[in-house]
Amino acid sequence: MMAAPSLDQVRRLLDVAPDAITVSRGMFVLMLEPVDLLDAVRLLKSELQFDLFLDVTAVDWLERSPRFDVVYHFYSTAHFARARLKVLVPAPDPVVDSLTTLYGSAHFMERECHEMHGIGFRGNDDLRPLLLYEGFKGHPLRKDYPKQYEQPLVPYRER
Amino acid sequence: MQAITLPNPVRPNFRADTGGDVIVNIGPSHPATHGTIQVIAALDGEKVRRVDVHCGYLHRGFEKECESHTWTNLIPYVDRLNYCSGLINDFAYCEAVEALMEIEITPRCRYLRTLLSEYSRIADHLTCIAASLMELGAMTAFLYLVMIRDYIYEHLAALTGARVTYTYGRVGGLAQDVPDGWLLRLDEILDQYEDFTGRIHGLMDRNRIFIDRTRNVGVISPEDAVSWGFTGPILRSTGVPRDLRKDAPYLAYAELEFEVPVGINGDNYDRYYVRMREMDESVHMIRQLIDTLPDGPISVDDRRCVLPPKHLVYSEIESLINHFKLVMEGPQVPAGEVYTAHEAPNGELGFYLVSTGGGMPYRMHVRSPSFVHMGGLHRLLEGYQLADIIPTFGSVNMIGGECDR
Amino acid sequence: MGSSTIPIRAVTDRSPAFEYFSTKKDELVGWARKFSLFPYPFVTACCAMEFMAVSSSPYDTDRFGAALPRFSPRQSDLLMVVGTLTHKQAPILLKVYEQMCEPKWVMAFGACATSGGFYQNYAAVAGIDKIIPVDVYVPGCPPRPETVIDAIMQLQDRIARSHHPILTDRF
Repeated sequence: MMAAPSLDQVRRLLDVAPDAITVSRGMFVLMLEPVDLLDAVRLLKSELQFDLFLDVTAVDWLERSPRFDVVYHFYSTAHFARARLKVLVPAPDPVVDSLTTLYGSAHFMERECHEMHGIGFRGNDDLRPLLLYEGFKGHPLRKDYPKQYEQPLVPYRER
Repeated sequence: MQAITLPNPVRPNFRADTGGDVIVNIGPSHPATHGTIQVIAALDGEKVRRVDVHCGYLHRGFEKECESHTWTNLIPYVDRLNYCSGLINDFAYCEAVEALMEIEITPRCRYLRTLLSEYSRIADHLTCIAASLMELGAMTAFLYLVMIRDYIYEHLAALTGARVTYTYGRVGGLAQDVPDGWLLRLDEILDQYEDFTGRIHGLMDRNRIFIDRTRNVGVISPEDAVSWGFTGPILRSTGVPRDLRKDAPYLAYAELEFEVPVGINGDNYDRYYVRMREMDESVHMIRQLIDTLPDGPISVDDRRCVLPPKHLVYSEIESLINHFKLVMEGPQVPAGEVYTAHEAPNGELGFYLVSTGGGMPYRMHVRSPSFVHMGGLHRLLEGYQLADIIPTFGSVNMIGGECDR
Repeated sequence: MGSSTIPIRAVTDRSPAFEYFSTKKDELVGWARKFSLFPYPFVTACCAMEFMAVSSSPYDTDRFGAALPRFSPRQSDLLMVVGTLTHKQAPILLKVYEQMCEPKWVMAFGACATSGGFYQNYAAVAGIDKIIPVDVYVPGCPPRPETVIDAIMQLQDRIARSHHPILTDRF
């Protein structure tokens, strides 16, 4: 088991502004620009052994601009450290780079993030609906989608 | 009613090749796909060339529900994620909320949560092995394992009130303490468990048919497993000894002595055997915990999240208002975000909570192991026979509530 | 008032002997059908755990003749919808229901199948009776095995009491 990287090591490696990297509850939290995402993840994977890609999800801050926080979680099976990356993307056309070239598990997770929030993933050419169905209009986990607005596939029968 | 001819709710990502592949649709209402997975396979004779896995037929909108219920009201929803081991979901979620509120649970609660997590792990592995053995045709093994699982359910019903979905964890502790005689019955059940699983070992371990059907079937290499996000027994069956209970101990695991069983090949037989051994390790851990269970209160004495005692609620106005506020508005959790992961029976179960202060979450996301495993399932199925799809799928232990949320 | 009285006439114009034999035939066929139910377990969610428990010892449904699942709708007559029905799964449920032959009965197993449970949102159907007709509703989340057995017994009573036309549409 290798020693976990320190905050300074991560700062030097990724070469971003000092306040972009913090430690919160035992995890590194990195705030990145969308353009820096793919290179930073590549460095995390190759230099710091963050080899298990756990999760990508998004948070919709309706009144804020940029509107979406795309949040990535990584884990290192070599030194048991965790990292969270946050990328802020603006509303009308939220797009980030896809991580499918680095991690296989990104395929399904990016599909889910796309259909739930509408985040585009440049480089992932299979963004079909996964948990929802074709013909579902809208992105349910956005804050402006009403929770009970159903779009049934089968017309209801009269009782 | 008109008969409906429907295209698939989501189009498959391949068509039949000109090489004469036959496309077969398995599911989503299929006995062996544990409910609701659809596997569209392109076959060349009996050999599977390409597979497209469709999930989402049990998507119940859990994450959207989370934004309109209080933190405590969400515990039943969280239970129904991995419904085979409901208590682990409860405790992982409660620990995430407690991390946001910076509460430290009492020692008795910590040990009890560990004990019940391991108990739930046994129930989950029993269900997985029972279902996958039944799909191979071993009805007797299924009946034995479901019998012992029924003892566990009745026993947990004596503690929590429910057999399958318990809603037993609370932010800051547990709902109620163990009743008298519960630990004695637990000892009895562990002995009966050893008897029953002894029979299963005798029936299956060196059974020629079982070995032929599961050895070298559904093989995945360790590097592939990590790249495709596999965690839990599947990753351990490939030989990678990663287990959150050992690597990053939470609850009372640092004080327990247990081993992490690891497979050799990464095939179906290894996954079966890793699960059987993990259950034995869980029994060993439960026995240690019964001996060292400390006394004391099970809930933290923190009025921000724990309901006051009933006799005070009925006699003091402060407790009455406290109770009212906690029930109607929920515990007020400070703003922040947290990601907490537990070692669920399927792998790493993570809760990512975002709070803006207030009694309801702003956003809750579940990192569910089954969902990620479905993303990598095609690596286990392609290149094998059609008849291998069922045992491989059973050994992956996809739980619909967790996969589709 | 006046002369507009409602005449009382016989319920049927057939002979009493025919009616006697028809009733006896209904009892016989009802007895045979109720004790040989072939369920199609349309399993989706957590209620599957209780379905597995009720089908095995100690809550055996085989005692009631309702244990042997037939995983083809053509060969089964009791559709047990076990668990939540989502909008994505609804066309499949309708297709399975339509592929079953008469006589068929539907059991809504669990709170989610009965009314949507506590999932009242964009994804879940609020009860399967919005899609298909239901004969018996089983409450519980998930229902205890005894509740399921009670539901099977109530369904058996209903089958025993109902009219079973087998040769023509009147007999």
